[in-house]
Amino acid sequence: MNVSIVIVSHSPLVAEGTTQMVRQMVGDEVRLAWCGGDPDGGLGTSVQAIIDAMESVWSDAGVAVLVDLGGAESNSEMAMEVIGEPRSAKIRICNAPIVEGAVMAATEAAGGSSLATVVATAEELSPL
Amino acid sequence: MSKPMTRLTSEDMKALIGAMQAAIADNAEHLTALDQAIGDGDHGINMKRGFEAIAADADAICDKPAPQALSAAGMKLVMSVGGASGPLFGTLFMTLGKSLPEDFDRSDFAGAFKNAVDAVAARGKSSVGQKTMLDVLYPVGDAIAAGKGAQEIATVATEAAEATVPMEAKRGRASFLGERSIGHMDPGSCSCSLLINTVAAWINAKEHAA
Repeated sequence: MNVSIVIVSHSPLVAEGTTQMVRQMVGDEVRLAWCGGDPDGGLGTSVQAIIDAMESVWSDAGVAVLVDLGGAESNSEMAMEVIGEPRSAKIRICNAPIVEGAVMAATEAAGGSSLATVVATAEELSPL
Repeated sequence: MSKPMTRLTSEDMKALIGAMQAAIADNAEHLTALDQAIGDGDHGINMKRGFEAIAADADAICDKPAPQALSAAGMKLVMSVGGASGPLFGTLFMTLGKSLPEDFDRSDFAGAFKNAVDAVAARGKSSVGQKTMLDVLYPVGDAIAAGKGAQEIATVATEAAEATVPMEAKRGRASFLGERSIGHMDPGSCSCSLLINTVAAWINAKEHAA
């Protein structure tokens, strides 16, 4: 089973568009989920929507999460805490740009790489 | 001689929730305006949504003992706010709930508050002096630990929020602006000050009524 990818943006349009780009490049070998928008549908992120996205593509190989801005990251961390151990240990947030990171992570995941390798590949794009 | 212990009743908690929700709602436009200056302009509306979610569930929340009620209120914020404030303010309330005994004295509360603020710092990967809510929460924690009265603590919160104006943001969306973040109050600090002033006013009113 391959690592799955979850894309979390403040904007549902960005999240869905990123997913489309990834899908076009890696096909169906990697399970992908996206979410975007706050609980009222405005720009922002929703912890429940992130939890739902993580669970919808759950893989025992792990789930790599790509986020855009601060709130998406802290809400994804919160979602991991709510999901709790032991599964949360198999979820990693990539410190990488959302579009490029998602494409690179998914490409690596499609080859059957481990979660650590998928995350490292995405994070090679990070300037930090 | 036993120490004076406090236990929050269901009515106390309902009153506090109502007062905090009103304070945030009354200031939502101001908070949003602050956030439009140096953030993404959603702080007021997000906080308003969060406290409305708590208020809507106040009966069920306040049926619980205070520690569990605080945790439940924090989880409401996490699930409903939608921005970075959700996990940050949610963590504050949830950790306070985890750390506070049902019957508590001043030093119990001071210890629980310190834990809660440290948890917010860990959640936000931030520290004091970066133009964040921590710049209000840490001085307030010190004032609580020092045994100051409610009115003095409220003043510490107000002054600490004001003191974020000349700071340069190092964390959060405002940090993208660098030096341009100078000259504006941090919205999260403003929210903290509002909430602390609200709780202090409630304590004052209760003490005068007693």
